[in-house]
Amino acid sequence: MENQTTILNLTEEEFVHPGNRACSGCGLSLVYRMGLKALGKNTILVVPPSCLTVLQGLYPVASTKLPCVNVTFASTGAAASGVRAAMRVLNKKDVNVVAWAGDGGTGDIGIQALSGACERREDIIYICYDNEAYMNTGVQRSGTTPEGVLTTTTPIKGKLQEKKDVPSIIAAHRIGYVATASAAYPLDFYDKVKKATTISGPKYIHVHTPCPPGWSFESRFTIKIGKLAVQTGLFDLYEIENGEFKLTGASKNLVGKPRMPVEEYFKTQGRFKTLDKTIIDKVQAQIDAKWAGY
Amino acid sequence: MHIIESGNVAAATGVKLARAQVIAAYPITPQTPLTEKLSEFVESGELKAEYIPVESEHSAMAVCIAASSAGTRAFTATSANGLLYMAEQLHWAVGARLPIVMCVANRGIGAPWTVWNDQQDSMSQRDVGWIQIYANDHQQIIDSVIKAFRLAQTVSIPVMVCYDGYILSHTYMPFDQPDQTKVDAFLPPFTSKHFLDPENPGNFNTVTLPDVRPDLEGTLAPGYMEIRHNLHEDLRASIETFVEIDRDFEREFGRGGCPLIEKYQCDDADYIAVCIGSLSYHLRDVIDTMRQRDVKVGVMGVQMYRPFPDKAVAEALVGKKCAIVFEKALSYGNQGTLYADIKSALYTHETKPYVHNYILGLGGREIKTQQLLDALTESCTSPEMIEDTPRWIGLKL
Amino acid sequence: MTSRTFCDKISRSKPGPGDGGNTGSWRVLRPVINLEACIPAKRNKKACFHCWLYCPDSVVSKTIPPVINYAYCKGCGICAEECPADAISMVDEATHTVEEK
Repeated sequence: MENQTTILNLTEEEFVHPGNRACSGCGLSLVYRMGLKALGKNTILVVPPSCLTVLQGLYPVASTKLPCVNVTFASTGAAASGVRAAMRVLNKKDVNVVAWAGDGGTGDIGIQALSGACERREDIIYICYDNEAYMNTGVQRSGTTPEGVLTTTTPIKGKLQEKKDVPSIIAAHRIGYVATASAAYPLDFYDKVKKATTISGPKYIHVHTPCPPGWSFESRFTIKIGKLAVQTGLFDLYEIENGEFKLTGASKNLVGKPRMPVEEYFKTQGRFKTLDKTIIDKVQAQIDAKWAGY
Repeated sequence: MHIIESGNVAAATGVKLARAQVIAAYPITPQTPLTEKLSEFVESGELKAEYIPVESEHSAMAVCIAASSAGTRAFTATSANGLLYMAEQLHWAVGARLPIVMCVANRGIGAPWTVWNDQQDSMSQRDVGWIQIYANDHQQIIDSVIKAFRLAQTVSIPVMVCYDGYILSHTYMPFDQPDQTKVDAFLPPFTSKHFLDPENPGNFNTVTLPDVRPDLEGTLAPGYMEIRHNLHEDLRASIETFVEIDRDFEREFGRGGCPLIEKYQCDDADYIAVCIGSLSYHLRDVIDTMRQRDVKVGVMGVQMYRPFPDKAVAEALVGKKCAIVFEKALSYGNQGTLYADIKSALYTHETKPYVHNYILGLGGREIKTQQLLDALTESCTSPEMIEDTPRWIGLKL
Repeated sequence: MTSRTFCDKISRSKPGPGDGGNTGSWRVLRPVINLEACIPAKRNKKACFHCWLYCPDSVVSKTIPPVINYAYCKGCGICAEECPADAISMVDEATHTVEEK
């Protein structure tokens, strides 16, 4: 990526107040903080029920310094379309209209509205933070929960189905910009959000956000675990810009190099503790096949 | 200017004259031609608005909620199952105090599937807090839509304008199209106290606690219950506001004067038929026939159903011998909804008429004038003999 | 027209810190920066700032040296884990408070 942001030149301006109700060590907290830095003041946020609702706070105090409208769970994509329509009417063309939703609110209950917004080519940025379960309500399985993961609704056998590949579903709509990112690589995420603000039409960014209570790990390891997901080749950082796929950042650097076995990633989190060897082997084989094609 | 057009086009023309700014569109019988006409207005440039062809009714109301929150005049239309699909959004719009206007072309709800008219769809949503206005003919449709936008933005409560599917939506009648300049004078441009603004950031409708809680300055901010109480109080006050708006409309356009109830031959009547929608005009033929037989009967259409104009209704019925309530909907397992509302409005009065309940027309079952005549005649003959329970007109098996 | 004002009460929150109260009270461990090991402190110039970058709650300042806002720091330990100079240790909060007394 051109003109990569560094820690030193990253803006100091903060758009989120501290003392909010996000969990200690929350991956979303970091992602939200970085994303808002990239979006800047001239932004309107659209937020469905999710961990972000809690982070944003209870009436009458808001932890976000930007205007935000809360909407019902299934309607994020449509609500963002409505805000954009109003901005066109009011001739406020420079405002960023940005939806922030969790994996459930995006890939499960919210997928219809998001699909509609993509098909209509709405000028919105849609950021899905993927902590791989319905975390806000206490860790229930969602479509993006990986196979074998223990959640409160898959408490003994673990999830029986594979992780839903939401970025690919959105990419199939052939919108101009689809990207993946990780809380563990905040500058890569920042640059992607920044780039999204310069493109018109729908932009979709899917960011992997480790969750200490939900994934069952000590909060200090949020970044390390996020990095392991990328370094094992399980979660890839990429962009699809006008149909052209390319890896970015740490994933790009991984091409042609040996990868850590994915078991190293699974070992770090209690949610994988009953993971079957057949699943580990299957996932490793899938990763190897995928990387053979890069 | 008079034109001959369908009820759906009357509604669409009202929306155009009201200068709606964001229109969310999803097709559903029998509202679809309204949506189609609006797209024609927008694509031809006759109406400068954003037309968003959403992928579901739930999303249609989401677009309206968001666009209204961002400070623009929003509109959508639906019927039956579409209205029910957006049910949670109706609660959201009203709790968020957004001045959205929606047309509902009344249609029965599945299961089983029906596309024909009854009023169960909007009736089933009467408790949500939306203002409900019912139109009896095409003139009332176009006039009510214009008045609805003014009412909604005055009281910050969304308004649904309902009219009978097929019976009004698809039939053709002459009606007057108000002059655009006059409508502009009657309906000022949209402004709102609270809207999404990067210059003045705030977070709308996040989690609100059961109890009151101090804000950053230490002032106590309302809890959920205070906010909902304020909605209810404002709804009750909007009855009077609507009467004033209707008076203004009458001054400007020369029509109106019956914002809450529309009476025909009621003043000297002993018996009053009560209903909602086009049926009240159908009943006028029956009233005329019975008057020729020296039965002093009248008909009253309820125009504003929510908030319920209990004072106006009670005033019209107290001192009468009997009120006969005809309904194309009911609260299943109990009785007709309008019937229950009327009884409740009369409860504290010393002298009360008998009140009878007839259920008819469900799923579009044809309503014959003879059936209405027979039912009214029976009710008027010995009102005390009819039990306090719904009677069904038109059942065949 | 009546002059009644409508819509006096709605749920519209204003931005400000501390919605979750004094979230510093959540801590079991508190991060303490060893200024002799901290890279920007040692070099007395803008450098590193990993603790500032990775803090989910923006309670670390991008200053020389970085300063932690203990009123709101939740004690997650990410700064300690990510510091490339091992300059941050997570110290038992209770002990630390006793020592302060």
